Amino acid sequence: MAATLLAPGTPAPDFTLHATPDQTVALSELRGRPVILAFYPADWSPVCGDQMALYNEILPEFHGYGAELLGISVDGVWCHAAFARDRKIHFPLLADFEPKGAVARRYGAYREHDGTTERALFVLDADGVIRWSYCSPVGVNPGADGILRALDELTGRTAGARS
Amino acid sequence: MSGGLTPPVGPDDHAAGPAGAPVTLVEYGDFECPYCGQAYPIVTALQERLGDRLRFVFRNFPLKESHPHAEHAAEVAEAAGASGLFWEMHDTLYEHQRALTDARLLEYAEAIGLDPRAVARDLESGTWADRVRQDFRGGIRSGVNGTPTFFINGERFDGAWNDPGEFLAALTQASS
Repeated sequence: MAATLLAPGTPAPDFTLHATPDQTVALSELRGRPVILAFYPADWSPVCGDQMALYNEILPEFHGYGAELLGISVDGVWCHAAFARDRKIHFPLLADFEPKGAVARRYGAYREHDGTTERALFVLDADGVIRWSYCSPVGVNPGADGILRALDELTGRTAGARS
Repeated sequence: MSGGLTPPVGPDDHAAGPAGAPVTLVEYGDFECPYCGQAYPIVTALQERLGDRLRFVFRNFPLKESHPHAEHAAEVAEAAGASGLFWEMHDTLYEHQRALTDARLLEYAEAIGLDPRAVARDLESGTWADRVRQDFRGGIRSGVNGTPTFFINGERFDGAWNDPGEFLAALTQASS
């Protein structure tokens, strides 16, 4: 059974997670701009790689909205570091590693029997409120069209009107 | 979650096959992507099989971070397209997708009858970069989630393109 994600209108639970062995990212530090949270099941598995690689290519579009992108999985920091280096990932990959999946659970994005996060997307507004969420079948890369539509609505822009 | 192909196929697209064909297959592809390379002979076989019932459209989706030569390859294909030689370049690139340095791209341009110096100038000044970016952005909006991504009559095909039987069945169903 699919997890029940936190719904739009819910304040996004704050968290602090390691992005690298000696750096952490706190969600509250990003207040003031839209934030995209991309929970994904694992580094290295083919579909995830494609999803994170895709978002890496689309990063300039996200930044065009002033938005920050955070990838989150239960993989540890060293695993993320190797994965990010291999795929030349230019955004933070956060380790929801200890206690395992604690942040994903608070977002309703944990797969209990698999011990991984769901493939779940959240778009938060500048005040840290969830404005859009989507849970993809775990084997399907959800692409980025839903994220961009949510950012369009958030920023009052119409699709394709950006320069 | 795909909202369908945005923008729809139009006069600016590179299309092979009749505009009135009952099935239009759109590929968002990257010339350096090995999966797109695998898809190339499969699509060619489908084109032969379906003949005038199929129109095939190619749009650029270069994954520049993963494939360092993909952007220039896409721009060279667009340069060829401006001279009516898009498909000649498309086929050449997929048949040589492990050799896509700028020097090789210019050799391919010359081999199909383009002036390599003009193509070199186009690459230098990024003449076709906007066109490629436009394809890429349209792809994101359409729900492209990797390469290759196919659309059959405007709907994303999430089946197995690498299963020729399944791919053919989807196209045949769309044509009826």
